[in-house]
Amino acid sequence: MKPAPFEYHAPTTLEAALELKAEHGDDGKPLAGGQSLIPAMNFRVAQPSLLIDLNHVPELRHISKPNGAVHIGSMTLQSTAERDPLVAEHAPLLHEAIPNIAHPQIRNRGTIGGSLAHADPASELPVVALALGARFRAQSKAGERWIEAKDFFAGLFATTLQPDELLVEIAFPTKMARTGYCFTEVARRHGDYAMAGLAAVVTLGADDKVSEARLVYLNVGDGPLDAANAASSLAGEAPNAAAFKEAGRIASQEDMSPYGNIHATPEYQRHLSAVLTERALHTATERAKAAHA
Amino acid sequence: MSPTHPIQVSINGKTIEKRVEPRLLLADFIRHEAGLTGTHVGCEHGVCGACTILFDGKPVRSCIMLAVQANGHDITTVEGLAVSEDKLHPIQNAFWEAHGLQCGFCTPGILMTLVPFLQENKNPSEAEAREAISGNLCRCTGYQHIVDATLLAAKKLREAES
Ligand SMILES: Cc1cc2nc3c(=O)[nH]c(=O)nc-3n(C[C@H](O)[C@H](O)[C@H](O)COP(=O)(O)OP(=O)(O)OC[C@H]3O[C@@H](n4cnc5c(N)ncnc54)[C@H](O)[C@@H]3O)c2cc1C
Ligand code: FES
Ligand code: FES
Repeated sequence: MKPAPFEYHAPTTLEAALELKAEHGDDGKPLAGGQSLIPAMNFRVAQPSLLIDLNHVPELRHISKPNGAVHIGSMTLQSTAERDPLVAEHAPLLHEAIPNIAHPQIRNRGTIGGSLAHADPASELPVVALALGARFRAQSKAGERWIEAKDFFAGLFATTLQPDELLVEIAFPTKMARTGYCFTEVARRHGDYAMAGLAAVVTLGADDKVSEARLVYLNVGDGPLDAANAASSLAGEAPNAAAFKEAGRIASQEDMSPYGNIHATPEYQRHLSAVLTERALHTATERAKAAHA
Repeated sequence: MSPTHPIQVSINGKTIEKRVEPRLLLADFIRHEAGLTGTHVGCEHGVCGACTILFDGKPVRSCIMLAVQANGHDITTVEGLAVSEDKLHPIQNAFWEAHGLQCGFCTPGILMTLVPFLQENKNPSEAEAREAISGNLCRCTGYQHIVDATLLAAKKLREAES
């Protein structure tokens, strides 16, 4: 099908884009890469009356590392971040996750901010953002504010961005000492939305025991799912296969209640999540050992 | 109808100027306004890859882009590959020789995916070739011949260079 008619604006400055957002609120839909929005418009699931195309706003495309975080402009292409040396060096979890998003043809248009603002529970980037404790900079005509990842996602395809706000930048904390990161998922075919997957972050103490862990899952809830009980079961443990297995059990049986989908039943999603947890914890721990201060 | 916008797009080196409605998809602009029907439209939601074109040299789906967004940009479609009427691009020759197509519906999208892939990866493994075409659906070939054709194309391109 084809999109229903709409009005199209392509502002060339952030100021002009925010002006349009202030004027039109929720009726003025930002168009980033269009890789989720335009398919929805083709199906007429989405029928926005006005599109604000952000592709001509250069200040929204940048990657830098001012202090303690890799800052990425919302309109930065997924394929640009995928190849960026700052991201590879300082945000290894993000670097590992991006190639799992769709196919190269999609990542050549899809943006970092578009994926996060879309807040699809099956998406990789919300999981990474929550696992790292990323911060989101939202801007409106009235001013700007920073939103913590845990306060940004508000359920299925929903965020706490206000109708007059745009997501302008995301700050991903840089890698920490004695910490290992791992992103892994299972999809029926490379590039498809995953049936299950997670980001694992493991920090080791001076005694080589786990001092802190974080496990965040995709596609098993209304948004990125933080398996807090599973993660805290690891604290104080010397990394070992039995502890990893137990964490996988807690995450898949207690922390999550997956809905299932056409490719996987809830039981299968739990099974995959448990197996992937063990693998991810193993890899993240090995990486943590290798990550000297 | 919503107000139209003037656009100027270079397709296969030829500049085209038109006024378009914002809701016109780039794939439909290429097929119906520019008359280049080699770009196929299968699913219209970014899944099948039949509509893949090069946008400023990079492969993208033309069914989930708006024609207005192509204003000032450079597009290459499958029609821009062959050197002349009777001299095919090496990748096209490889598909011909290795039976990389049956009905041919998916072929333009696959070719436009592979052109930049084989520029970046001159000697792909079979696994890399499979991953490269993972975003393109084919209902006829069973993929084995497409993979064979991709590896043959890589070989042809390497030979042409040396
Ligand atoms: C075939 C296919 C397979 C895919 N597979 C995957 C996958 O495996 N994993 C995955 O994560 N994604 C996948 N995607 C989606 C893809 O990653 C999208 O690029 C992404 O979800 C949305 O990013 P976008 O830049 O295209 O945003 P758009 O589609 O342009 O926008 C998405 C939404 O976010 C809003 N928005 C965008 N930017 C802003 C902003 N700066 N401020 C406020 N709101 C904003 C828009 O208004 C819209 O509601 C797939 C897409 C396709 C077509
Ligand atoms: S028609 Fe564009 S991806 Fe299927
Ligand atoms: S050759 Fe028929 S769809 Fe691929």
